[in-house]
Amino acid sequence: MAGAGMRPIDPIASEPLVSIRDVQLHYRMGGIFSAMRGRSSVVKAVDGVSFEIRRGESVGLLGESGCGKTSMGRLLLKLEEATGGEIVFAGEPVTALKRAALKRYRARAQLIFQNPFDAVNPRFSIRAALSEPLENAGIPAAEREGRIVKALELVRLPQPQQFLDRYPHQLSGGQLQRVVMARALILEPDFVVADEPVSMLDVSVRAGVLNVFRDVRDRLGLTAIYISHDLALVRYVCERTIVMYLGKVMEDGPTEDIVREPLHPYTQALVAAVPVPQPDQSHDPLPIGRGAPDPRNPPSGCVFRDRCPYAFERCPVEVPRLRQVGTRKVACHLFDDTTGKQ
Amino acid sequence: MPELAIARSGLPTRLFRSLRLPLNDRFAVFGLLIYLVFVVTALFADQIAPYDPTEILYTEDYDLAADMRPGQEGFILGTTSLGRDVFSQLVYGTRSALLIGVTAAFMVALIGSLVGLVSGYFGGWTDAVLMRLADIAFGIPFLPFVIVLAAFLEPSIWNVVLAMALVLWRDTARVIRSQVLTLRSRGYVDAARVAGSSDAKIILRHIAPNILPLSFLYGSIAIGWAILTEASISFLGFGDPESISWGYMLQDAFASQALAKQAYYWFVPPGLCIILVVSAGFFITRGYENILFPKLGR
Amino acid sequence: MTEPLLSVRNLKVSYAVGGGSVDAVDGASFDVPRGSILGLVGESGCGKTTVARAITRVIADNARITGGEMIFEGTDIAAIPERQMNALRWRDIAFIPQSAMNSLDPVYTVESQLHEVLRRRGGMDRRAAQARAEELFEMVGIEKSRLRDYPHQFSGGMRQRVAIALALALNPKLVIADEPVTALDVIVQRQILDQLRELQAMLGISVILVTHDISVVAYVCDRTVVMYAGRIAEEGPMEAVLTRPMHPYTMGLRNAFPDLKGAASGTLTPIEGAPPNLASPPPGCRFAPRCPFALEVCTRAQPPLRELASGHRVACHRADEAPVLRELAVRTETWLVPA
Repeated sequence: MAGAGMRPIDPIASEPLVSIRDVQLHYRMGGIFSAMRGRSSVVKAVDGVSFEIRRGESVGLLGESGCGKTSMGRLLLKLEEATGGEIVFAGEPVTALKRAALKRYRARAQLIFQNPFDAVNPRFSIRAALSEPLENAGIPAAEREGRIVKALELVRLPQPQQFLDRYPHQLSGGQLQRVVMARALILEPDFVVADEPVSMLDVSVRAGVLNVFRDVRDRLGLTAIYISHDLALVRYVCERTIVMYLGKVMEDGPTEDIVREPLHPYTQALVAAVPVPQPDQSHDPLPIGRGAPDPRNPPSGCVFRDRCPYAFERCPVEVPRLRQVGTRKVACHLFDDTTGKQ
Repeated sequence: MPELAIARSGLPTRLFRSLRLPLNDRFAVFGLLIYLVFVVTALFADQIAPYDPTEILYTEDYDLAADMRPGQEGFILGTTSLGRDVFSQLVYGTRSALLIGVTAAFMVALIGSLVGLVSGYFGGWTDAVLMRLADIAFGIPFLPFVIVLAAFLEPSIWNVVLAMALVLWRDTARVIRSQVLTLRSRGYVDAARVAGSSDAKIILRHIAPNILPLSFLYGSIAIGWAILTEASISFLGFGDPESISWGYMLQDAFASQALAKQAYYWFVPPGLCIILVVSAGFFITRGYENILFPKLGR
Repeated sequence: MTEPLLSVRNLKVSYAVGGGSVDAVDGASFDVPRGSILGLVGESGCGKTTVARAITRVIADNARITGGEMIFEGTDIAAIPERQMNALRWRDIAFIPQSAMNSLDPVYTVESQLHEVLRRRGGMDRRAAQARAEELFEMVGIEKSRLRDYPHQFSGGMRQRVAIALALALNPKLVIADEPVTALDVIVQRQILDQLRELQAMLGISVILVTHDISVVAYVCDRTVVMYAGRIAEEGPMEAVLTRPMHPYTMGLRNAFPDLKGAASGTLTPIEGAPPNLASPPPGCRFAPRCPFALEVCTRAQPPLRELASGHRVACHRADEAPVLRELAVRTETWLVPA
């Protein structure tokens, strides 16, 4: 198995494959009538997110539920329309893609779903489920079976032939998640978004799916985004991590640096809170307030300031911008040179 | 595995399976049997009925064969005051009842399913417009609407079908729309989109097969409604005088004071037939409900 | 050692499925010591939730306790009549169901739900119930002004706190929590676990914590019971089980779990295969088909649960070789199935 350091492509040297520029996804809550009474609220699922992914790079999107990581993934695959900003894939703006161009994009960018039992139509055999993308891409019927078997071999399903006529409910979670992965890879995409692909699986089979993901990514030289709430998993598959909170990027940098020395106060709490399977571990209280993020009514200025132990006068009045701090980018006033470092 | 069978068998079997007839429910099977009897009767009405239902009959003594009791002069269920054979009317009534029931059900299920699919899948303005139309349809009182329609157009059994198609799609559409909304959020629908499938393909392949049983549920409810409505319209005198239906028979019996003549043989059989067909429809409905909502636990 | 609060002996629970029956729990024996947290850990379908529910005797309609004893403070609660059991529930044994967030009734305020328990079950009057409700909210760290709120006005973590307050309402001796933090984010999860640990120590109660996550066990539990396919694989002090596992399944679980504090280049090793179908379990050890150390005897005879170190019991034919197997188990090659 190739570790994170043995990647075939050096990400620093290659050009960006995906550029995300100030992307927004705002939902208006409440109907026309509450809007007329001025009561409608806007939920900012994704609010001004910018980052670039270089060809061959694996990036973890990390955050708690409601932080916008899943919305970000859906925006990247155009399952959701951005309400602002721009996503550029290999020089082409994804946000503007229509029909034929969109179809071509969908052969190059794929999604691996969170819940394998939901991601495959229960009425479809594995063969039918895997034929769908091939059919749409205009692969002749005669070639399909071979491609399907090859894709199933790629995700290390032993004796793929025996699965072709089975139905999703006849497969275990681990097997079905490999089928979902095979469907995403069958058209040999350049870019894959994996949305918590192991969160529905039992611990003993998780590792197998993760290993297949790492292995395939390295072998095909894929550019990947791995969405998760679990830093330990992100660390296992991604060399770079982007931490999101309430629709915004808090910190963005090499995963090892973030694990070893988190800079943003939110990342610090997140790293401290990750449970480890070791008996001797710190039981110190977390450096974070008890409140919960409310996406309908985020605090002014920095969205994290109401739970932040280090908040000061500047935090409620000014939204912190992402600033370069060493190897990373951090959105926190503590790291602004004009204020002085922590 | 039943699913395996679907994949391997031919198109007719597949279509039959997609109906998902509720064959494990005893009431539903009973309902299906009743339907079967009526369908056979309707198909072979010409062979089964001894007389033309509108023909005025005479006895062997060349008297008008009016108000004959059952069995008298070989009339199985007797005759009407005009000398028509009640049994033959009953048999031909099956034909119009089923014709109305099935076409109305088809229209209701078809229109309702289409509106529900389009509305639920595309959402936005399409959804808003279609659902406001449904609201309007919900505001129309059904029976008066049929009567007005019959007054405008020529009296015909098709008025009932037209009225049902214009009004009763609303229930089907609403229910199917909400079902489509749930289905649309399923992972495999997103997966199909990411796999590059067009909207039409997603609707046909991933969504429609899952709402088919619901369409049939509402279709089978509509059969009963259509037959009852036609009977009411005919009984109220807005029916088609040219075609014999169970409702027409009841109206004829009522107008000829059959009750006073104690001619039960005249109005009880058509009444019974209406009850049987309508309840058979609801028995089947029940079976579909058990398939769709197994937790009702009946 | 003092007498345990609860002793489960040879518990069997079966589900009627189709025509036959499935033994979801097949002879589980373990003790819950007084004043401690016991972690019941295993994968989905291993029977951990069924064991937890069997102790409260609130089980599915098609489930039945078919054997064994559950001695709670000297009485066998598997044998007492339902009326008597009902009197124990909530007062002595409280249950926090899985997704406790949805177990609150959305149409009543949390205050009235607390009052319901305190007055109906605890026999308190209005004033006493109100005082106790405020006390409970203070205990779980919610402002008492929020008593009048409805469940939907609380966040997931807050609702979990309310569920804990409800469980503690009548001072139970044993609280059974079924996956109490599974649906929560890591930060909230940590805060709830801290709260649970603190309350347990303060009130001196015992807690059975059902979870699939060994890091949750590592964080709060004193003892742990590892279940696999309806049977207990290993039982003992948490530290011993996690650092010196004696069952190959526990060893495999440790390898499959990502550890943020571990080395960056570490490789996770899965346990190949899937748990057996409980309708037709393998005749011998249920882990044998997936076990890299399985011998011929393992496929034939069911291993008994044996005590090998103080309070540390394991059901494995090769448990005596555990130190050697442990060394083999950390190597990835050990777990690779020959193709």
